[in-house]
Amino acid sequence: MFNLIQSNFFDLILIIFYCILIFIPLLLGVVLALYADRKIWAAVQKRRGPNVVGPYGLFQVPADGLKFIFKEIILPDGSDKTVFLIAPIITLALSIAAWAVVPVQAGVVLSNINVGILYIFAISSLGVYGILMAGWSSNSKYPFFGALRSAAQMVSYEVSIGFVIVTVLMCVGSLNLTEIVMAQKTVWFFIPLFPMFIVFFISALAETNRPPFDLPEAESELVAGYQTEYSGMPFVLFMFGEYINILLMCAMTTILFLGGWLPPLDIFPLNAIPGFIWFILKVTLVFYMFAMVKAFVPRYRYDQLMRLGWKVFLPLSLVAVIITSSILFFFELAPGM
Amino acid sequence: MTVTQLTFYIFSSVILLSALMVISARNPVHSVLFLILAFLNAAGIFVILHAEFLAMILIIVYVGAVAVLFLFVVMMLDIKTTIEKSNILQYMPIGLFIGFVFIAELVIVLINTKLELSNMQILSNPLNKFAELSNTKAIGSVLYTDYILHFQLAGVILLIAMIGSIVLTLRERSGVKRQSVSEQLSRSSKIDLVDVKSKEGIDIK
Repeated sequence: MFNLIQSNFFDLILIIFYCILIFIPLLLGVVLALYADRKIWAAVQKRRGPNVVGPYGLFQVPADGLKFIFKEIILPDGSDKTVFLIAPIITLALSIAAWAVVPVQAGVVLSNINVGILYIFAISSLGVYGILMAGWSSNSKYPFFGALRSAAQMVSYEVSIGFVIVTVLMCVGSLNLTEIVMAQKTVWFFIPLFPMFIVFFISALAETNRPPFDLPEAESELVAGYQTEYSGMPFVLFMFGEYINILLMCAMTTILFLGGWLPPLDIFPLNAIPGFIWFILKVTLVFYMFAMVKAFVPRYRYDQLMRLGWKVFLPLSLVAVIITSSILFFFELAPGM
Repeated sequence: MTVTQLTFYIFSSVILLSALMVISARNPVHSVLFLILAFLNAAGIFVILHAEFLAMILIIVYVGAVAVLFLFVVMMLDIKTTIEKSNILQYMPIGLFIGFVFIAELVIVLINTKLELSNMQILSNPLNKFAELSNTKAIGSVLYTDYILHFQLAGVILLIAMIGSIVLTLRERSGVKRQSVSEQLSRSSKIDLVDVKSKEGIDIK
């Protein structure tokens, strides 16, 4: 055992270094995303948003975070304390784990696994457990309702996300994220698969519990949903997990439909810019759309949400799978034909 | 001991422990959570065997969908958490019998197998013709050609189960107000789009 650690000491250090390498940019990204979210929301409503702490209010989010860290962690008396504390940790850990396979540039990826897209899909489908556990262990009505809503919502929209991913995969012929991006060299997939792009975007909103689908934490009905009983550090973990998931969905949209790190046109001034800058720009663009939707669209009613998921998106994406495969087969466009 | 072996022992010991906790935990919700932990570690063992596609499918299908509904139902049921000790003893004989049958079947399979079980390469890739393919492609190429009939049959059985459960639980309730979106959108005379002038307002009829 000791020998094993000794002989693999360098690998161990390298793994820890990689973990930090994922975590630090994500932390920075989340802080900026939170700030951008509030600023955009404020601008739509003709407010100023955070503008006091630091230049342009940039330090508002770190200040808020610091405040949460020093707050007392309140454990409700009737709660299941172990599950109560594990839930936010699971949410955050899973949302970070998914980033291990996201390629930000050609070859710049922590783990270039063969089943990258399935891995992300699997990890994001696990995200529901953090919410379910939080809602149940709080032993309180509103969190429980929030958790049940969230579970039903995420399971429903995962189905249509799965079918959208299948349509993309049929055009690529590989589950590897790098190959999915490289397959978009000629045309980004959001042009031929535009309806699926829309379905994916809306499902991503529902999957991350963003407005207009934030029914699990609908404050006018459920106080704060599954987060009601949380305070201090555990609440921050939930918040971070949620925003990292949102960024992940933005990155997924970028990789599946917007050509990942590829420049819009493969000509000189554009392709001289390093790929990860294009990637960040595209993720920012998608996040901007997320933020605008939050500001514009009123919250759905729960039955409308379910109707949209099961009666509109599921048939639509199923038909799209059939049509895409038929076209690929008929015109012999499918990879490997 | 190599890293692979170490990870194998970690995964399998966690599986065994959590499987034990599934049947011994007093709270049914804890049981389901331990079951999920067991599923996850089983997926880990698939990854060690280079069967990453199966691992991911295991997580997506069992953990991401089936176990969520499990947890959903168990949470809703609000079962009394205290189970009498005698109750456990009552189910012991049949449990032991089922366990014995499982072990016997496993032993029979392992004795009669023609594979060289000590060889990792053969274990993870028993059929030579797929040595070049990634295992996603290998599974696809067998599933949709040689075993298409079984595959379709499984699909039909699942479809029948689904239709059956819908038929069993479907009931017409009176007095429920449903929203018909197409009807709402197609009413023409009731909605009017008006451009309201500033400082003048409009009269509502």
